[in-house]
Amino acid sequence: MDPKYISAFIKSISNVFSTMLQLPVEVGEPTIKKGDETPFDVSGIIGMSGEVVGSVVLSFPGDAAERIVAIFTGEQVGVDSEDFPDAIGELVNMVAGGAKGMFEGREVSISCPSVVVGKNHSVSRLKDVPCVLIPCSTDCGEVVIEVAIQDRKANEASAAPAQASA
Amino acid sequence: MKILLVDDSKTMRNIQKSVLTQLGYTEIEEACDGQDALSKIGAFQPELLLVDWNMPNMDGLTFVKTYRQTHKSTPIIMVTTETERSRVVEAIKAGVNNYVVKPFTPDLLSQRINETLEKAAAA
Repeated sequence: MDPKYISAFIKSISNVFSTMLQLPVEVGEPTIKKGDETPFDVSGIIGMSGEVVGSVVLSFPGDAAERIVAIFTGEQVGVDSEDFPDAIGELVNMVAGGAKGMFEGREVSISCPSVVVGKNHSVSRLKDVPCVLIPCSTDCGEVVIEVAIQDRKANEASAAPAQASA
Repeated sequence: MKILLVDDSKTMRNIQKSVLTQLGYTEIEEACDGQDALSKIGAFQPELLLVDWNMPNMDGLTFVKTYRQTHKSTPIIMVTTETERSRVVEAIKAGVNNYVVKPFTPDLLSQRINETLEKAAAA
């Protein structure tokens, strides 16, 4: 995966958290994820389609998610409340939307968000697409962005000469 | 001033409602997608609309295009994560009067609401 895409997600989460939550984000070293299981109990999921395809997951420990949602909504919202997935969904929507806006020269659409709450859940992603895990730390706790996307336009461009010479 | 908020996120509608209330606007109706908004405009007759882009059932752009067929001048502000220039142009061509990119500060949203209403009043 082109590092510019990872950079876009780092910039986007920092922008969303500082603007909407006044919460600085410290970003750790991105790594390649192994397995489908998400690291934490709460996951906000967005699909990408178009010239870049795949999925983006924002994953939080339950207590960190509750603290972040409390700041975002201005009230205490437990994980069992129907308002909780709405707030998590809007956060992942803004992070993914902000990042895709930085994908220069690529027409990309994002799906409406889905939210999963529960221990040891897993999120399936595209086969043969590496998932990059970006660890983030905030005063409310940890957050991880999982980016499993593929640049179809770049792949088609790199495959074209090989097909032509075959 | 009657204002219709169209966004599938209740959290986002609440944030926008809070900004509007601080500006002194209290006559606010909410819709969770474009279809819901179309079903409410007849009875509510909004004088300003804040519309998200990505929503289930009917997205904001389709809603704006449909709404503009019968309501030519009611001001519309698109409030969305769509930041690409091509999308902004598409929204303006569809009839959007102003554009706010999420995430936004309350001050920015207030400023856009005020300038949109001032322009509409001057037209």
